[in-house]
Amino acid sequence: MTNLRDTAVRQARELGEPIVECRNVDKYFGSNHVLKDVSLTVHQGEVVVICGRSGSGKSTLLRCIDNLETIDGGRIDACGHLMGYRKGTGGKLVPLGDGRASKQRRDMGMVFQSFNLFPHLTVLTNITISPTRVTGVSLKEAEAHARELLDRVGLPEKEDAFPSQLSGGQQQRVAIARALAMRPKVMLFDEPTSALDPEMISEVLDVMIDLSRQGMTMIVITHEMGFARAAADRVLLMHDGQIVEEASPEIFFTAPKSEHTKLFLSKILTH
Amino acid sequence: MNWSWEHFARFLFSEYMLNGVWTTIWLSCAAMLLGCSLGVIVAFMKMSNIWILRRIAIAFIWLWRGTPLLVQMVIIYTVLPQVGLRLGVIESAIIALTLHEGAYFAEIVRAGILSVGKGQTDASQALGMNWFHRMRYIIIPQATRVIIPPLGNQFNLMIKTTSLASVISMEELFRRTQQLAQIEFRVLEAYFCAACWYLLMTTVWGEIQKRLEAHYDRPFGPVEDDGKARRRRRELAGDAPAQA
Repeated sequence: MTNLRDTAVRQARELGEPIVECRNVDKYFGSNHVLKDVSLTVHQGEVVVICGRSGSGKSTLLRCIDNLETIDGGRIDACGHLMGYRKGTGGKLVPLGDGRASKQRRDMGMVFQSFNLFPHLTVLTNITISPTRVTGVSLKEAEAHARELLDRVGLPEKEDAFPSQLSGGQQQRVAIARALAMRPKVMLFDEPTSALDPEMISEVLDVMIDLSRQGMTMIVITHEMGFARAAADRVLLMHDGQIVEEASPEIFFTAPKSEHTKLFLSKILTH
Repeated sequence: MNWSWEHFARFLFSEYMLNGVWTTIWLSCAAMLLGCSLGVIVAFMKMSNIWILRRIAIAFIWLWRGTPLLVQMVIIYTVLPQVGLRLGVIESAIIALTLHEGAYFAEIVRAGILSVGKGQTDASQALGMNWFHRMRYIIIPQATRVIIPPLGNQFNLMIKTTSLASVISMEELFRRTQQLAQIEFRVLEAYFCAACWYLLMTTVWGEIQKRLEAHYDRPFGPVEDDGKARRRRRELAGDAPAQA
């Protein structure tokens, strides 16, 4: 795959080994071909922003990377796992059972458009439930880590609140802390600010920018072009199940190659 | 009307009746406990990926919801012995009530679990939880909130439904009432006495249910107690009562 990254940006951030590799991924919903032979490599420490119209397949791609959707063709390697499959006899790929598939997901954190906090648990328990119940971290240790994370996302005083008592922006920041509590190697963001009131968007983006500065590998679906400019190493545009543009933010915004990108930018930037 | 308070009061607290009340209580609790356990199993069978388990669950629910409990009870008590399966009165009553309750409760549990949004499954999967973790820590605790109101309704029905066990000569509250009425020739007092006991049991359960619901609703926003909410509405309407 051609790498269109701007050299200046590459020097600014030291990139490691490939950590997420999608090769020729195909995905169907019934007869609807939502991902068409998509290939994407993300390196350790890289921040990749994916944009595109709704229905372009960007959300599906992200969900496939975390194996929340099974793929119908190609393969995805992430954090050293062949996502959703194992090699059977003769190199044939065999789908994983629920138990082993869930283990693979522990190396990636995911943040959703609709937050999806657990409404029956307090903020602190939302963050500690998976480390304590799934990976066997002691409650004391998990709570200490959770408080540290709450501090980091700017909500140190909310640990006893229930999600219903928080604003959207606060809920999304808790969701980020919850994902980070599993100490993921990659963070996936699926339109994290789309469901937020305008005045709450920046508080979430600030946390994300802060995270990118600390070297977290991130794949972010967003239409917040300010975030793309500030934090992204690479910006992708998806259209109709394919990646049609892949460039550094500078080039993406000033000299896009694809007609789809030009049309997309004209729509986003004029409104 | 030939009503005797004296007889009514004597019946109400007679040991004979109190024993009947106690039988009704433990029979209801036992059948409810077993029925709910069975219902959970059937609900998961119906939601299973395995075709045969799903068919068994559907057939079970169809059969036990589609026939009257009275018929089921009589069949279990009187017909099964003819094919060599002899069950006592208590066993027959508990089995019939359990199977009947299980069929209804299975659908309640299934509805409760399906009511928990897809986003909760996504989020818990993304956190690396397997099926057991998701059910145990995320889905079932939230489904419980939805299940408690119909569960309470079922238990209220169960308390009264146990009276059907009188037809297979189970000595619960209703059968004792019938017998008392016949022995003493005091039909009105005896049946009013039974009505009072049933009412007391369902009322006590109603109070317990209210507390259970409030407990499970707590995370979903502050619950105002009825009195406070009413008082506030009155204040807003401008006719606030003198504050004590």
